[in-house]
Amino acid sequence: MDIKGIDKIIEKHGGVAGLLIQVLLEIQGENHWLPKEALERVSERLRVPMSRIQHIATFYKAFSLVPKGRHEVHVCTGTSCHVRGASRILDAVKDHTGIEPGETDVDSKFSVETVNCLGCCALGPLLVVNGKTHGRLSPAEASEVMKKYG
Amino acid sequence: MARLNSPEDLEKLRQEVLSRNDPKRPCISICAGTGCIACGAAGVVSAFEEDLRRQGLGDKADVKRTGCHGFCEQGPAVVVHPDGVFYARVKPEDVPEIVSRTIKEKKVVERLLYVDPATGQRVVHESEIQFFEKQKRLVLGSNSRIDPGSIEDYLAVGGYSALVKVLRTMSPEKVISDIKESGLRGRSGSGFPAGRKWEACRNAEGETKYVICNCHEGDPGAFVDRMMMEANPHLVLEGMIIGAYSMAAHDGYIFVGGEFPLTVENVGIAIRQAEEHGLLGQNILGSGFDFTVRLSIDGGSYVCGESTALMASMDGRVGEPIRKYDHATERGLRARPTVLNNLQTWANVPLIINQGVERYRSIGTSGSKGTKVFSLTGAVVNTGMVEVPMGATLKEIVFDIGGGVRGGGKFKALQVGGPLGGFVPENQLNLKVDFDELGKAGLSMGPSLVVMDENACIVDTVKYFVTFLSDESCGKCTPCREVFRQILKVLNRISGGRGREGDIELLKELSDVQRDATLCALGQGAPSPIDSALAHFRDEFEAHIGEKRCPAGVCRGLSAAGPR
Repeated sequence: MDIKGIDKIIEKHGGVAGLLIQVLLEIQGENHWLPKEALERVSERLRVPMSRIQHIATFYKAFSLVPKGRHEVHVCTGTSCHVRGASRILDAVKDHTGIEPGETDVDSKFSVETVNCLGCCALGPLLVVNGKTHGRLSPAEASEVMKKYG
Repeated sequence: MARLNSPEDLEKLRQEVLSRNDPKRPCISICAGTGCIACGAAGVVSAFEEDLRRQGLGDKADVKRTGCHGFCEQGPAVVVHPDGVFYARVKPEDVPEIVSRTIKEKKVVERLLYVDPATGQRVVHESEIQFFEKQKRLVLGSNSRIDPGSIEDYLAVGGYSALVKVLRTMSPEKVISDIKESGLRGRSGSGFPAGRKWEACRNAEGETKYVICNCHEGDPGAFVDRMMMEANPHLVLEGMIIGAYSMAAHDGYIFVGGEFPLTVENVGIAIRQAEEHGLLGQNILGSGFDFTVRLSIDGGSYVCGESTALMASMDGRVGEPIRKYDHATERGLRARPTVLNNLQTWANVPLIINQGVERYRSIGTSGSKGTKVFSLTGAVVNTGMVEVPMGATLKEIVFDIGGGVRGGGKFKALQVGGPLGGFVPENQLNLKVDFDELGKAGLSMGPSLVVMDENACIVDTVKYFVTFLSDESCGKCTPCREVFRQILKVLNRISGGRGREGDIELLKELSDVQRDATLCALGQGAPSPIDSALAHFRDEFEAHIGEKRCPAGVCRGLSAAGPR
């Protein structure tokens, strides 16, 4: 993401420091992660110290300070999915990718996250890969789903 | 669209919309809420559009893409109006049959009807399905007739008529006194009387005042707020405009979780449409009252559901709660008088104004009025979003509306109120949905009800909640950082088969410290699930500790039968 794109987002929010989180969310949304150069530009333009930006970027879950993998995997671990066996689904995903939630593998193939509720509890337990929902899964079916993505 | 400059203009537009709508014209309403989209609803919508064209019926029937109808278990759900024929779990390949049979020949497609699991009978109409029949859908009732992207659909079901009534006939004081009299209490769980909050804000000093709608909903396993907002955003906006008018506030915010893309999209569209129609912005409907609403998106943090953390987050800061020396109605967002209400609370406001205080008060119990919407999930037959009158029992929700436990399993507990709530055993299911009654039982009126059957382990679920809260804690208070770790250590020991005598007492002691020495609702509420688990399911803890077995067979390293 180039500086121009970042400036455009900042200007859209009127350069207001109070809208820092909204600015970072948009950069994250477009770029899928927050590069250091982008944060420095935001800091400069909004006149917010880097320490505060770092604090925010590490506090809120939506932000990532490392590039995401090609396939973004979200496993729902909300209460409903939990009582329907989400932890076994997560195990299957961890086995397949070799990484823990919040991590990206060394080949940048997968990023795995857990989420609190995706709003489709009738389908639980479920996982979402690149925005596509795979529901009513057994752990074996979850492994099959993951294999499709390499 | 031309701006509406008076309440009369709005009524004129409503009449225009209604005269264009032929009540006899078939309308295929497809639930395209987040849940049904995940089940493939988008494919069903395009299949209907294509097939109507193919069969030359493109101008004979409408296809409506709506928000959540509530019956997620049977999604994607399709309702064919005007007869209200309900089809369950519709796939794109079923569409040609529905079009040729139901639209063309006015007959039902038997095989796609919902089958009542209790009687084995096929049910034709939505209103006859037990799941819907036993609810009281005041807030959700219109969802299947509204395309959330169409303000005209909202007008067609009587939308913004409460605002018209307020602007034409009611003073701000009268609005507040009506809301006070209606007995409306905050739907976020705490149950604080909304009218009193509004009055305090109106009387607070200062020109700038804010109203905020909390649609943050970070609870694991809760989806009510976002689904309601996603399905009928104008209802919430109308409530906010009326509230702002009564408090003379000119700036409003909707705080919504960034994890809910469809909610963000739909509410954004609704705000834009309301602005274009002159229902938001300067001089609303020619009344001289100005009010704007902006979206504030959360970066993903559970603790931001807490009011002071929420306001910090809205101001571009980290969501750490602070001590509440002042009420938000005096010093809230940016130190200005602020009213923060949950979205369900705002959504009730137009109902109260339209129906009148007396009728609204006639629903519910002596201390809790109106209805309450819950997400009903877990090991239940009918997963979905349900609306019940206050005073309904938890048993009615789980067994009559929810259809009981999935797969014929045995009921173990109902988890009420999420990570800061508790567990209700079978012998207490007669508890009523009522702020005071649930509060006395140590529960809160949270958005989610999760049914647990014999395959769920209470120790494991407590561990799950504590892990969640410990991850989500902002880390400001030492007990929240340290005590959670200690509690988890004990719980891990118990669930790993290394529990010791005295661990239950230790858990209780740690809980007490946590409750006494933390600042916000997250820290203080965290012991609730532990307390209620120990009160009602102590035997499960004892089985894990004493007999080294997990009766549900969930905890790894332990078996249901115990060590050989």
